[in-house]
Amino acid sequence: MYSALVLAPFFCVLLLNMFFRGVMKKLAFGLALLLSLTQIVFAIFPQTYNWAKFTYIFSNFFKFDFVADNISRVLLLCIGIVLSVTVILARGMIKEEERRFNFINLLLIVLAGLNGVVLVKDIFSLYVFLEIAGVGSFILIAFDKDMLAFEGAFKYIALSAVASIMILISIALLLLFSGGTSFSQINVALKYSAYGPLVMVAMGAFLCGIFIKSGLMPFHGWLPDAYSAAPAPVSVLLAGVVTKTVGVYALIRIAISVFGLYQPVQNALMLIGAFSIIFAALAALGQSDFKRMLSFSSISQVGYIILGFGCGTTLGIAGALFHLFNHAIFKSLLFVNAATVESQTGTRDMEKLGGLTARMPVTGLTSVLASLSTAGIPPLAGFWSKLIIIIALWLSGNYIYAVIAVLGSVLTLAYFLSLQRNVFFGKLREGFSSIKEGPLYFTIPAVLLAVITVGVGIAFPYILNTFILPVSNIFGG
Amino acid sequence: MQLNIFIMIVLVIASIWTVMTRSLLRAGIGLALVSVILAIVMFRLNSPLAAVFELSVCAGLISVLFVSVISLTQPYSQQEIADRMKSMFTRFKYLPIIVVIVGLVMFFMKFRPDLTLPVPQAEGDVRNILWNFRQIDLIGQVIILLCGVFAVVVLFKEIRKNAR
Amino acid sequence: MHAESLTLLWPFLIFVTMLFIIGIYCMLATYNLIRALIGIEILIKGVTILLIVVGYITNNVALTQALVITLIVIEAVVVAVAVGVVLGIHTHKNSLDIRNIRNLKG
Repeated sequence: MYSALVLAPFFCVLLLNMFFRGVMKKLAFGLALLLSLTQIVFAIFPQTYNWAKFTYIFSNFFKFDFVADNISRVLLLCIGIVLSVTVILARGMIKEEERRFNFINLLLIVLAGLNGVVLVKDIFSLYVFLEIAGVGSFILIAFDKDMLAFEGAFKYIALSAVASIMILISIALLLLFSGGTSFSQINVALKYSAYGPLVMVAMGAFLCGIFIKSGLMPFHGWLPDAYSAAPAPVSVLLAGVVTKTVGVYALIRIAISVFGLYQPVQNALMLIGAFSIIFAALAALGQSDFKRMLSFSSISQVGYIILGFGCGTTLGIAGALFHLFNHAIFKSLLFVNAATVESQTGTRDMEKLGGLTARMPVTGLTSVLASLSTAGIPPLAGFWSKLIIIIALWLSGNYIYAVIAVLGSVLTLAYFLSLQRNVFFGKLREGFSSIKEGPLYFTIPAVLLAVITVGVGIAFPYILNTFILPVSNIFGG
Repeated sequence: MQLNIFIMIVLVIASIWTVMTRSLLRAGIGLALVSVILAIVMFRLNSPLAAVFELSVCAGLISVLFVSVISLTQPYSQQEIADRMKSMFTRFKYLPIIVVIVGLVMFFMKFRPDLTLPVPQAEGDVRNILWNFRQIDLIGQVIILLCGVFAVVVLFKEIRKNAR
Repeated sequence: MHAESLTLLWPFLIFVTMLFIIGIYCMLATYNLIRALIGIEILIKGVTILLIVVGYITNNVALTQALVITLIVIEAVVVAVAVGVVLGIHTHKNSLDIRNIRNLKG
């Protein structure tokens, strides 16, 4: 039944391309929006019986082995939300119908790939769907065909290929110990054989490959270029969900189900996480391009997720997953605001912008909310997730890392305040006195995402008991 | 066993030649040659289906792609070729030395792992495994081929318009 | 068969490591975009050999052949996309020099 999540986008792409191309071009946007909204509802209410009636055809013909547990449901929800925002942005921003049709087809393929990553139980199938999402993103980054976009796409291709090679080396070495490639087989085989140097090499290679794909420091070379040079809907998609699914979710899944969270793995994760938080925040302070600063901020927040996850306790993992969800929401919101600013004023250089709140009130307000949530100001959602991570670090005895996390929060507040001051507040520059608020397809997603951020923050006690603590019961306690 | 080692040495020499040769066209042909030698290695290691796939896709499709992109991009002028030859030799001359040194170092390390080899999950040949046990990979292959079709449609279309 | 195949592991690992070094050196030391792609290709061929050798040693050739077939399909599509991007860069700049794509600073 979960196989419908991967097969439905695939069959939609086939359907859209086979017959009646004239009619299908008008239908593409509605179909993609419908699929992503259905996924949101499915992730929140997965009562199996109702959905099994709808997907009866899929589960009868194709006996695929997709399965989802609680961590996958969080990711499915994030994928659904960010993909619907991207589809709405693409509908508005790309004017020619032919190009929009190709764009939506590629978005559906990336959706199939991301859902596949989240739902598989086999390490090689994880790699296959990782590559599907990656190849889709390469084409989407290069969609507008300007020089900077090709540059970002080429750097992403080269580094992503190296990361895939390292993941494959790890799979090949693990096959020396295990008879098959599914998670349970490798886990059992690693438990009953000695930890020799080959296993160490396999684990190290896999971790390096996944760090490159998640864009953590010092493996982040492709990330600022790819995020800032991509067209606006693609930046939202990449920052909101692709890097997190392909990198962070794969890491969480492998560390929990295959390798086990042993002490060396935990130390490596916490070290890289803390390193990313501090140095990405410092790098973000010196940027003058709006989207580039946001991409360094993304690296920093993913560092928080890895730091919380490397802590190893139930509370740490719960905090990491909650911060993953929050980051998908507020980082997408910030990129939507950047897209609005760029489309209305024509520039992304923060030194040339100023005082835009007077002319673009909705964008300014939602951007302030997202920035405060990222920096961790109560009562917004980001505060609660960062608090859980810091408390988990403190309780498990990693005092230095807890202090680093708080320091990172202060740096985040610093660069976001400078962003707000430079772009939205201050004096209005002369050339901008005639710009208007962004059109509806920018403001509606922005308002919805801001409502989710504020709502999750205010309703936090309810969410803690119903969503977060059950999610982290993977270890049984 | 000796023949295996000999074929691997030929493979390494062929790949060093591919990397270090000055003309890009020869590098593309060298890549096809490396694919053929790789297919021979796979035949000797009891993997005939993978060898056939490697021959038809890598030595065929990918080499055609490389040779076509090398031909479509402009050749350099004579002066540029002379400059490139000089600077390339200074950059690439360390490669065979490093490779031989690493080979000798690892040869003398004599790593003999005493592994207990696992029992394979399912007996049978590749076709059985691919169709019955790895269906998710098959669906993944179909989806990525579809994505490749869109790559050609999106990325290659305007190039033809410019060349016209 | 069992003992003989295990002694085959170490020599093949030496050659696979040499191929990885050649591939990484090619990617790092070249000024040409297409040669960087050739370096990636050599790395992928190294991983293919590693998978096949592991399959031969553990007597599991069926599984590793299935994995290699999937890997070859994915590699072909990735190379096709990379070639498209390289052609696009060439259309803009009329040169394949890797020093031209250092425009995004920071």
